[in-house]
Amino acid sequence: MEKLLSEFSLGLFFWQLLLFVALLLLLKKFAWKPILDAVNERETSIKDSLSAAQKARDEMQVVQADNKRILKEARAERDALLSEAKKASIQMINQAKADAKVDADKITAQAQEMIQNEKKAAINDLKNQVAQLSVDIAEKVLQTELKDKEAQEKLVEELVKEIAVK
Amino acid sequence: MSGSTRFILLKKKTVFLLILLLSGVVSAKEKQQPPENLSAKETQKKEIKDYIMHHLQDSYDFSLFSYTNDDGSHVYIGVPLPIILWDNGFKVFLSSKFHHGETVAEADGNFYTINHNKIYKTDQAGTITYDEDHHATNFAPLDFSITKGVVSIMFTVFMMFFLFKNLADSYSKNSGIASGAGRFFEPIVLYIRDDIAIPNIGEKHYKKYMSFLLTVFFFVWFLNILGLTPLGINVTGNIAVTFCLALLTFLLTNFTGTKDYWLHIFDPLGSTLKWYAKIPLYIILIPIEVLGIFIKPFSLLIRLYANMQAGHIVLMSLIGLMFIFKSWLGSPLSFGLAFAISLIEVLVALLQAYIFTMLSALYFGFASEEHEHHDEIEAH
Repeated sequence: MEKLLSEFSLGLFFWQLLLFVALLLLLKKFAWKPILDAVNERETSIKDSLSAAQKARDEMQVVQADNKRILKEARAERDALLSEAKKASIQMINQAKADAKVDADKITAQAQEMIQNEKKAAINDLKNQVAQLSVDIAEKVLQTELKDKEAQEKLVEELVKEIAVK
Repeated sequence: MSGSTRFILLKKKTVFLLILLLSGVVSAKEKQQPPENLSAKETQKKEIKDYIMHHLQDSYDFSLFSYTNDDGSHVYIGVPLPIILWDNGFKVFLSSKFHHGETVAEADGNFYTINHNKIYKTDQAGTITYDEDHHATNFAPLDFSITKGVVSIMFTVFMMFFLFKNLADSYSKNSGIASGAGRFFEPIVLYIRDDIAIPNIGEKHYKKYMSFLLTVFFFVWFLNILGLTPLGINVTGNIAVTFCLALLTFLLTNFTGTKDYWLHIFDPLGSTLKWYAKIPLYIILIPIEVLGIFIKPFSLLIRLYANMQAGHIVLMSLIGLMFIFKSWLGSPLSFGLAFAISLIEVLVALLQAYIFTMLSALYFGFASEEHEHHDEIEAH
């Protein structure tokens, strides 16, 4: 302790105190404050940009989710539309088929009716013609019979042959 | 750094060196007085011991080295420094007047002499009277000399100012990013803020102590490193310097102390006991707490002083061993040891600066604590 006290130099202490306090005040004003301020500023700007980036990322995710949802909805709508259209077309085809069938049936029925009618008319006509022919034959037979028996028979035979040919 | 600025710096350096040389590098010759009845080896040992002791103390001139001439006289190479004394008015003269303590210096009709590294007033013959404890009883004038230590402190102050001013300026010049040497020091500044100041003092109060912590850290570190250079400077191993630093920590701690800090000292138990139960405890506790106020900074000043002093003694003793051994085995061995210790001392230089700053921050943390000790006691 005594050695320490004898080593203690008041002059050195005075200069040390003076110079150190001067250094402290000078550095505080010209160095530490600007340095710490600059570092703080830099740190806050880094923090801010990081949080801004995070925010942008979050927003992006929301937008992406929105996009996905919209896409999904659009797809569903398209599918619904397509299936509806398919259904409609099938229905339409079926309708058309049914209509066509009805028409065809109608036409067939008409045709059949017409055929029936024609047939009837033809039969009537035939009947009339047969009747006419019969009358004609009878007339000619009657005429021939009046001349000669043999000729009459011959004629009838011929006529019958004719009828058979006809 | 561009070529032109480097050139200017070189030029500045050259000019500085020239001034240093022209301002009076003196080589003084003194007669060597070998003490009688001592063997050569003992003389050498004593010489080395004296040299180490001399080195550890502050000095009135900046001597770079000295050697012994062929004719047995000491030659000192170095720069004399101004002596400033207060003895009924300032007396200013160069330390070369003392001729390295060998002669009496005369200023305005008064005579002064150096005895055990202290300046005393004396007569023309240089008589010194001693008391029974071998202390000089001559009048010692107030001594404000610019000693080797003061020069080293001044150098450190200038260096630190330019270094950190440059760092501060580089932010505005380089859009918020440090450039040059500041790139090395900026992480250290941040380390002191993030790992010393904030954990010990707290986010709320640390800002007002930052300037002191940063200044004291770099000041101690640079001076410690400067002490490892061959210039032989031992500033942080000087009790006056460490006392000054510790005194500042002490003053800052106690003048910024909050109500809780003082409550902790004068009412450490708080509301855990009734007042009549506290009285017998406080008779012991309060003096201990009050002593603690002084012991904390005192430990700072002794720790730094002793560490640096011890480092210098060990290093110089190991170097001195080379001259004592003078053998093929001993000298390389002591050289290797001295080299290893030098490397450790580089670490110690940083470590002591760190410890001083760390503990100062811890004490500031005590001073600025707020309503935490009550919970602490309940938790015990």
